[in-house]
Amino acid sequence: MNPAIVIQQLAFGLFVGGTYGLAAVGLSLVFGVLKVLNVAHGELLMLGGYVSFWLFTLFGIDPFVSALITGPVLLGVGLALNQGLFRWVEQLDEEAKINNSLLISFGLTLVLQNLAQLLWTADERSVTTAYGGAGFVVGGVVLPYARIGGLAVAAGTILALDLFLRRTYFGKAVRATAEDWQAAALAGVDVQRTYLVTFGIGAGLAGIAGSLVSVGYSIAPSIGAAWMLKALVVVVLAGLGSIYGTLIAGLLLGVTEALAVFVIGASYREVVGLVLFLLVLLLRPSGLFGSRMR
Amino acid sequence: MSASPPLPVGEGRGEGSLAADALPSPASLRSATFPRGRGELAGPLITALVVVLLAALPLMINRGDVVNLLFLVFLNLALGQSWNMLGGFAGQINLGHAAFFGVGALVARSLWLGGVPFPIAFVAAGVAALAFALLIGVPTFRLRGVYFAIGTLGITEVLRITTGNVLPGLSAMPPALVSNYDLTLRYELALALATACLVTAWALLRSRVGLGILSVREDEEAAQATGVGALRHKLVALALSSLFAGLAGGVFAFYHVSYYPQFPFDASWTFDAVLPVFVGGVGTLFGPIVGGILYVVVRERLAVSLTQAHQVIFGVLFILVVLALPGGLVDAWGRIKRRRLSSR
Repeated sequence: MNPAIVIQQLAFGLFVGGTYGLAAVGLSLVFGVLKVLNVAHGELLMLGGYVSFWLFTLFGIDPFVSALITGPVLLGVGLALNQGLFRWVEQLDEEAKINNSLLISFGLTLVLQNLAQLLWTADERSVTTAYGGAGFVVGGVVLPYARIGGLAVAAGTILALDLFLRRTYFGKAVRATAEDWQAAALAGVDVQRTYLVTFGIGAGLAGIAGSLVSVGYSIAPSIGAAWMLKALVVVVLAGLGSIYGTLIAGLLLGVTEALAVFVIGASYREVVGLVLFLLVLLLRPSGLFGSRMR
Repeated sequence: MSASPPLPVGEGRGEGSLAADALPSPASLRSATFPRGRGELAGPLITALVVVLLAALPLMINRGDVVNLLFLVFLNLALGQSWNMLGGFAGQINLGHAAFFGVGALVARSLWLGGVPFPIAFVAAGVAALAFALLIGVPTFRLRGVYFAIGTLGITEVLRITTGNVLPGLSAMPPALVSNYDLTLRYELALALATACLVTAWALLRSRVGLGILSVREDEEAAQATGVGALRHKLVALALSSLFAGLAGGVFAFYHVSYYPQFPFDASWTFDAVLPVFVGGVGTLFGPIVGGILYVVVRERLAVSLTQAHQVIFGVLFILVVLALPGGLVDAWGRIKRRRLSSR
């Protein structure tokens, strides 16, 4: 086997893995803090992708620039969703809350996906930038600028999130709420507001991930489920509570999928991640990098 | 399977049923404690009458479209009621119902088109789904709550993709079978299956093991502490749920002239089971029926013009039910009736 091809595949695995990590980090944050498993996270990513697509098509705004717009737009959507839907299950005890939020977001998945199909048809769209195919060639391995940029944005966003959660006062409140909301409330944290903003940030992160997906991958109303599944795999691999762990797990998933293409064939690419996911779920439910914070 | 361990404390019906009657049961539990006395026989009699009328329907009218619509309703009722046994009664949110349906369809179709008489293939479908469910049941039930839901979702995707890879071609009935195609036969089979699901769910709710299953849903730790083996009761619910889902898959394999073998594993089959059950009333006997009829009829009405609108409508209904009406339409109807009675 030609080593250049292997390295090429691994490089693409890393690139897509960065996007997996970014898609997962918002999901992980919301699940860790609110104990809400938002299965409509993939649909939020899809909406982010459409925002970038339309900004590019109508105004020629590059997706790497429009990520600065999709983030806040989806943050707004997230705030609205939290106020409209998820706020109402906040008061339930943990198990009921997880189940009910799972069901609500499951309904939301259907609504968002089918609304998108009504509005924008089922056609696959993608953004073709001027620098689309261009890139570095190192020893026969092609490294497209767009993919390098995508990985950089994903890693940068995740680093920024980690700094935000560690260094700012509000970030500390978020982490305290994740650990023990009652204790946080006693210490003067406004738990409701923390939930609201955290949900918004989670949605915003999905939006940025959607912008990345619109460059180089395709956007269609139905893509939410596939990205959601990837994000879930990454969240389970990483475990909750580790922001960097989520990025690493994303890269790991991307590389594993790329390797699987060689070992057992491209048609089983998707299965490998899921089998990994089931194994971790059964053998190490706290994930590979998970702390006890849940 | 090993012999079942001796029954836990509280032997005999006395204690359990007394407590259930004496306590004001929550809405979700009401289905378990049927009104005794006058209403005891009315429900089963009316249901039997409806089933007999429905069974005779294809002889009375000559409307293929109506028979086909009702077939789809029955298939959905079987799917919904079977999901309800695990999701509603035992409280285990299973997002992998399509896996059981798919296994059933795959086994029935392969055997039947391979020359095995359909009745045998049909039974094999149920047994295969059941065996598969028990195989995955023990490890997945270690996962609580949300991890169970996403674990079952993952398993279904693995099966769907693998089936698509192994059997990429269209599975089509040979011309000889197509020319002898008898829709009424499919209709009667689906009706029988839907009825069997209803009767099983009804009998389950009246049985000791059924009460155990409900108690696991209400509070797993408390159930375990009072001697109700949680895992054992969850496995019983899973076994029944998967058996009927597999048989529903068998009906699907018998009904469709041609489809891709991976199609019955599609997550949309899980949605088809979950949505109507919640809209109708999760954990109740008649919720899946009310929800299922509404769901299929609306879907088929809108199928020609706007499939998406159907999903939007039911998605919104579903969210509203989860947020504001945990008992579904059946419970809402009950509340209206009670209010009217009390104001009289």
